[in-house]
Amino acid sequence: MTELAFDPAAPLTPSGNLRRRRAFSRAMEYGATGAALFAVAVLGIVIYTVISRGASALSLEFLFTGVPTGIAPAIIGTGLIVAVATAMAMPLGVLIALFVSEFASDRVASASQLALDLLNGLPSIIIGLFVFGLLVDHKTQSGFAGSVALAIIMLPLVARGTQEVLLLVPNNLREAADALGVSRWRAVLTVILPSALGGILTATVLAVARAAGETAPLILLSSVFDGKEVILNVSEATPNIPVMIFQLSEEANPEGFARAWGASLVLISFILFASLAARAAHARSRRKMTS
Amino acid sequence: MSAAIGSARLERAARHARPSARRKQVDRILDGALFGVCAFAALLSGVVILVIAYQVVQGASPAISKFGLGFLFETTWQPNFGVFGAGSLLFGTVVSSFVALAIGAPIAISIGLFLSLLAPAGVRNIIGPLVEMLAAIPSVILGFWGILILAPFVHENLEPWLHDTLGFIPLFGSPETTGASVFTASLILTIMIVPIIASISRDLFLAVPKDVQDGASALGATRWEVVRGVVLPSTASGVVAASLLGLGRALGEAIAVTQVIGAGSAINASLFKTGDTLASRIANQFPGAITGMHKASLFYLGVILLVIGLISNLTAQWIGRRFDYRRMAAR
Repeated sequence: MTELAFDPAAPLTPSGNLRRRRAFSRAMEYGATGAALFAVAVLGIVIYTVISRGASALSLEFLFTGVPTGIAPAIIGTGLIVAVATAMAMPLGVLIALFVSEFASDRVASASQLALDLLNGLPSIIIGLFVFGLLVDHKTQSGFAGSVALAIIMLPLVARGTQEVLLLVPNNLREAADALGVSRWRAVLTVILPSALGGILTATVLAVARAAGETAPLILLSSVFDGKEVILNVSEATPNIPVMIFQLSEEANPEGFARAWGASLVLISFILFASLAARAAHARSRRKMTS
Repeated sequence: MSAAIGSARLERAARHARPSARRKQVDRILDGALFGVCAFAALLSGVVILVIAYQVVQGASPAISKFGLGFLFETTWQPNFGVFGAGSLLFGTVVSSFVALAIGAPIAISIGLFLSLLAPAGVRNIIGPLVEMLAAIPSVILGFWGILILAPFVHENLEPWLHDTLGFIPLFGSPETTGASVFTASLILTIMIVPIIASISRDLFLAVPKDVQDGASALGATRWEVVRGVVLPSTASGVVAASLLGLGRALGEAIAVTQVIGAGSAINASLFKTGDTLASRIANQFPGAITGMHKASLFYLGVILLVIGLISNLTAQWIGRRFDYRRMAAR
């Protein structure tokens, strides 16, 4: 008389099919983890390359003199072009965000949103062509034209970021202002906007980080072949870092490559530092506002 | 804490709220002014798009009236002979972007899944920003890295290997003399679009209700089956929209592509040959364009790019919004 072995755990141990499903699930998990690590690895490789190759070019002379020993005019030029662009994009972006979140009806707000999204999706080279036709064609290139193009690129970023913080401003504040009989403009300018100031600055810094590396429009609008002198007047073609890297990368000249790596290091350090700082500030202010 | 700051500001603002006829009038004017300025700014952003389209079409008008729609199919591009056509560039644009999307979308969606469902909060908060940082690298630096580091690697390792194993597919022809190829350009574009698609899809996956997922697990679904059966179907349209946004970015990228694609003018089946895209051709030749027709033709390329870009973006918005509605209704 054979006793049928009864295993109470039998229904819980995976049979062939379940084992296969589990193995497949496990494989997909590894795949997803691998994809994330791969992306981080690519970032690491790019940054490592820029640092290791750029560090040897870097020196005080490199940062503070003009061509052929350094890139000071390009650094100052990029700073100027981006500063002028920020001066145009930031107020406009904030006003647009105010309109969308404080004044517009849902319908108008979503139309305005759509316009911003489309603007954000426009290839930067198209914006370059547009500003070329508007300001440069039949005239001369200028840093100012570059600024206009960068401002168009920054505008949706500033507006979107500002809008997000304005959404975080508690509605109680608006209602309280109404209840106290505070007029709309005073409520917006002295209560709502100041509460959102941190977020507005964060969005602006992120937009600056994006604009500083933008190359395509500047090639059409402000490409200087050799930036020997510092130019402080944006109505002339202004030397700038992205165009310089682009031009040096197109020539097969090892010395030029070394300078391009150095310039890349300067640019990428600024961009990564700015966006990291903005992110940290963003996370902090978000915690503060939502807590 | 912000409430305290806010109430202090409120108090200060409320001091001005004394009702007097003059005060009211001033307030009314300033209210109107602020509204007007804001509305003007918002209107401006819409107008800018129209003006951009007008200006680009205007710049292209000599070429449009000379070549007409045949420009789209003409494959020769010889500035010295005044012959221009966008055929091979359209081909290059479509091929490089779709290859980038084919490689990038699965990677990016996997990253989105990892960040939203697999990774513990600590890991997510480190890897998430790192992946987004990839999008912050300027395209000119990525392209420069592409020429000097990626292209030689692709040329010496990846291309021979792909040719040996998959050479029977015409896409993977024999490697050329340098690594400047459509394939390298696609890889650079992949790097650019992965962070975009990954961060959007992460947000989508995070929004999938947890109880539905738990329900599936309780019915015995494995983690993958939860993803396959619950997470992906409920976010499908959003993921498609994200991919379209990535595609739009890839179609319009000029600088990095110019640097690595090799500026070829022929249509080749093999990805390992040189090619060129619409945006890249503009960036490459516009500064050196002398004749009016050459410039106008480059503007014409811009018009094509603008149309393609607007279509892909609008489609993405449309799909994305439809998705929003459905989620709203489900709530």
